[in-house]
Amino acid sequence: MSPSPAPVPFIDALREAGSVRLPGSGLAWLDAARRENLEAFMAAGLPDTRAEAWKYTALRALGQRRFALGDAAAASHPVDPYALTLPGIDGPRLVFVNGVFRADLSRLEALLPGLSLQPLSRVLENDPEPLRFALNRHYREAGDAFAQLNAALAGDGVVLRVAPGVRVNKPIHLCFAGTPAQADAAWHVRNVIELGENAELDLVEHHLATAQHKHLGTLVSDIVVRDGAKLQHALLQNAADESTLIRRGSVHLGAKAQAAMHVLELGGALVRHDLHAQLRGDGARFGTRGVFVLRGRQHVDTQLSIRHQALNTASESIWRGVADERARGVFRGAIVVAEGADGSDASLSNKNLLLSTQAEIDTKPELEIYADEVKAAHGATVGQLDERALFYLRSRGLPNAEARGLLTAAFCRAVFTSLPNETLRDHFSDALLARLPS
Amino acid sequence: MLKIENLHARVEGKDILKGLTLSVNPGEVHAIMGPNGAGKSTLGNVLSGREGYEVTAGSVTFQGRDLLALEPEDRAAAGVFLAFQYPVEIPGVNNTYFLRAALNAQRKQRGEAELDSMQFLKLVREKLKIMQISDELLHRAVNEGFSGGEKKRNEIFQMAVLEPKLAILDETDSGLDIDALKQVAQGVNALRSPDRAFLVITHYQRLLDYIEPDFVHVLADGRIVESGDKTLALKLEEHGYAWVNDRDPALAHGARA
Repeated sequence: MSPSPAPVPFIDALREAGSVRLPGSGLAWLDAARRENLEAFMAAGLPDTRAEAWKYTALRALGQRRFALGDAAAASHPVDPYALTLPGIDGPRLVFVNGVFRADLSRLEALLPGLSLQPLSRVLENDPEPLRFALNRHYREAGDAFAQLNAALAGDGVVLRVAPGVRVNKPIHLCFAGTPAQADAAWHVRNVIELGENAELDLVEHHLATAQHKHLGTLVSDIVVRDGAKLQHALLQNAADESTLIRRGSVHLGAKAQAAMHVLELGGALVRHDLHAQLRGDGARFGTRGVFVLRGRQHVDTQLSIRHQALNTASESIWRGVADERARGVFRGAIVVAEGADGSDASLSNKNLLLSTQAEIDTKPELEIYADEVKAAHGATVGQLDERALFYLRSRGLPNAEARGLLTAAFCRAVFTSLPNETLRDHFSDALLARLPS
Repeated sequence: MLKIENLHARVEGKDILKGLTLSVNPGEVHAIMGPNGAGKSTLGNVLSGREGYEVTAGSVTFQGRDLLALEPEDRAAAGVFLAFQYPVEIPGVNNTYFLRAALNAQRKQRGEAELDSMQFLKLVREKLKIMQISDELLHRAVNEGFSGGEKKRNEIFQMAVLEPKLAILDETDSGLDIDALKQVAQGVNALRSPDRAFLVITHYQRLLDYIEPDFVHVLADGRIVESGDKTLALKLEEHGYAWVNDRDPALAHGARA
């Protein structure tokens, strides 16, 4: 790529980033990995829409912004702990404010034996050696531009390990709160999560804002689910209306491992969510269900990529999108059944609802099969509310807005019926209903 | 109660109602009969406010109000109920939840107190005596997977709960076997009262054996061409719709049997 005459403000603001002290700075291996990633990111810049993966999401406006390198006051912003609570979730909690761990808001006492839960910043300062292998691998993995940026600048995050055979009895609450700072800040969080063989874990990831701000947050989660382990992961994304959130999650599943993920995307002005799953062991199962509900000029781009790499693996994905006003939704669901992954079963359904003539949703399911005896189904639709159903409801006395809300909620409902935590399921439904036009 | 004067209505650019005039008083049951294409369903749809029906002339007043100026939900709150010829399946919307939301929306619009779930349940139990539908159907999504008969019974059950002042039955008999027809008719008869009027739209006289009308009107080519008492329905049954056309040569070429 030829150098542009005027520096891109986003990149220009990173010029001093290499000399910023982060947790773990001074560790030679970490310094080298961070430097390599920063250099690679700055050389290539932000991806543009010519890249297939960014076809529908233009980053030009983001490139024109100059973010502060973190928020120096992140450790001391007053945050009402009540705002962080979720009904039905009262176990261990790790809270990050503008990307920085907050011991004062977290709950880490009396952890179950076999459960290790710490902030990355603390691990890097106190005992980084056990993480060296994993981080080095993650930081050198081919990722996109934001994965590089995150690797270069992430100083905090979640380090979570469940020992083999341990069933964690309470959901772990990971809370990422955004709060106004002196300037538009960029924060970067890296999570490293591992479930040992036959371990079980219930994870709730919650993004929220204590007040409006325009920060950029990037979050990369590397999750390993070893043989026979089971993960339930619920994600409630309720970030600030004008914030930008780039989330990249990867899940590796061993033999007979299971992971189920439920996603509700509500907040943010620009949200990019990449979700990669690799079913590496025979009999691994992966399920994702998600919905985004957009309004205003929100732009949410979800990229789901699932690779079946072993025998008799199964994946099921059910995603719904609702866009109102001038919102824009993007969904790409790519499933690859690799050579040798015989007997795999993959299904993907993506249905979308446009509530306004100016809203837009682009959906693209992709299926590549290189194995034998594979069951695969996929479908995607974009449509409007059923006028006949709408009239039926109104003819019984329901006001137009209420009838539309009821039908829209019904459209989304299938997504969360499989969420096992009933209280959390109700909360997701309520959050969804509250967001629907009425 | 209901006064329709010289009503003209158009669907997709085609004139369907061409000067329909009808007066309905509280407590009366009026049957509207007519051949296919006469405008029977259009009448029900125009009265309930379905989109796509353009009224080009005439007026409809309901209890002194201009019915045509009201949104469908406001017509419902004013007391107009349409039992659909083809009740719509609505996956994901619970039947009971929907009915309570509808009733409370109407009550709110009328300035009445909303019913809590206990009060509503009590009302449902009471109305199930009028139109029996199974608990299982109550808890399913609206009309989803219901048989034809179950759908029609659900319509009458909704009517029982919502207690309209004017009930329009749009070919409620269509697709029903004789047992289902009797059940539906019993439900309707149980809801007859001095302050409630019915407009029973039907192609066949059969339904009127069970729901006895006070007046029978014959609709042909968008107009009422003949009115009488219940014996008119029997004459139609005997002679067919061609008989009406024969009596009004001006219409003979326009109506279909």
